[in-house]
Amino acid sequence: MKFAVIVFPGSNCDRDMYHAVKEVMGEEAELVWYENSNLENYDAILLPGGFSYGDYLRGGAVAATSDVMKQVREHAQKGKPVLGVCNGFQVLTESGLLPGALMRNKNLSFMCHQEYLVVENNETLFTTDYEKEELVRFPIAHGEGNYFCDEETLKKLKENNQIVFTYENNPNGSVADIAGIINKEGNVLGMMPHPERAVEAIMGSYDGVKLFKAMIKNWRQTYVTNA
Amino acid sequence: MKKVTVYVTLKAGVLDPQGKAIQESLNSLGYQEVKEARVGKVIELTVDDGPDLEARVKDMCDKLLANPVMEDYRFRVEEAVQA
Repeated sequence: MKFAVIVFPGSNCDRDMYHAVKEVMGEEAELVWYENSNLENYDAILLPGGFSYGDYLRGGAVAATSDVMKQVREHAQKGKPVLGVCNGFQVLTESGLLPGALMRNKNLSFMCHQEYLVVENNETLFTTDYEKEELVRFPIAHGEGNYFCDEETLKKLKENNQIVFTYENNPNGSVADIAGIINKEGNVLGMMPHPERAVEAIMGSYDGVKLFKAMIKNWRQTYVTNA
Repeated sequence: MKKVTVYVTLKAGVLDPQGKAIQESLNSLGYQEVKEARVGKVIELTVDDGPDLEARVKDMCDKLLANPVMEDYRFRVEEAVQA
């Protein structure tokens, strides 16, 4: 399986993401600079964390207007997997690939620590290796992770089972404790916590391994075994 | 040339923690009359005039300058002052 890790000016978790899929999971991966890129030959797109364009205007807002995001949209429309973490999640909401928005944390502080998450939906291509309601521990590192959407959107998220991860102890004020959501079609996942920083014992948690493992396994099943 | 001033604020009902902190600071300075503070952004654009100016600025706001999920915007158009 071949992963593209999109690098914007100001991305800073791109190498963590690359390390997770390339060195820990042993798959093919490339860091892809956002300009003049061609995403056609990649199986999955990873939008890493960081501060693309210095978070100018709003986190992810400027990156969302880039040409590479048009390609990410096309890739998503084909049903291929897209994972956006932290700033990558902000880019996905800003570009309209996921509903809602990420606002300043309720306490106005940048927070960087481990949080327990509840796996709310273990039927997505990213989460089939988790048990439903399994408690997992991922690091968070954000100042703008306060998920917001209106009541109507929240109702739809619940109805369609689009809430994938919630915080056990909501650190940032997110609506309905939301830590990660998926699109209705089930192939675009955005989340504030960092699964790529929880893939080895030395990182304090390897709960993120199951997410990448599921992605790879489910992709193989769809595109190799049943192709 | 026109000068366009765009004001972006959080929607009514969306919690504004910065505004809340500012309100509390003003209260603690003795300005008890301050019941609410809301923080927003001001973006000044200098643009070539044209027949669709207002519609185009509205487009710019919807596409980039504001996030309609959580923010409202309004703008003012005036003659640009030549430097």
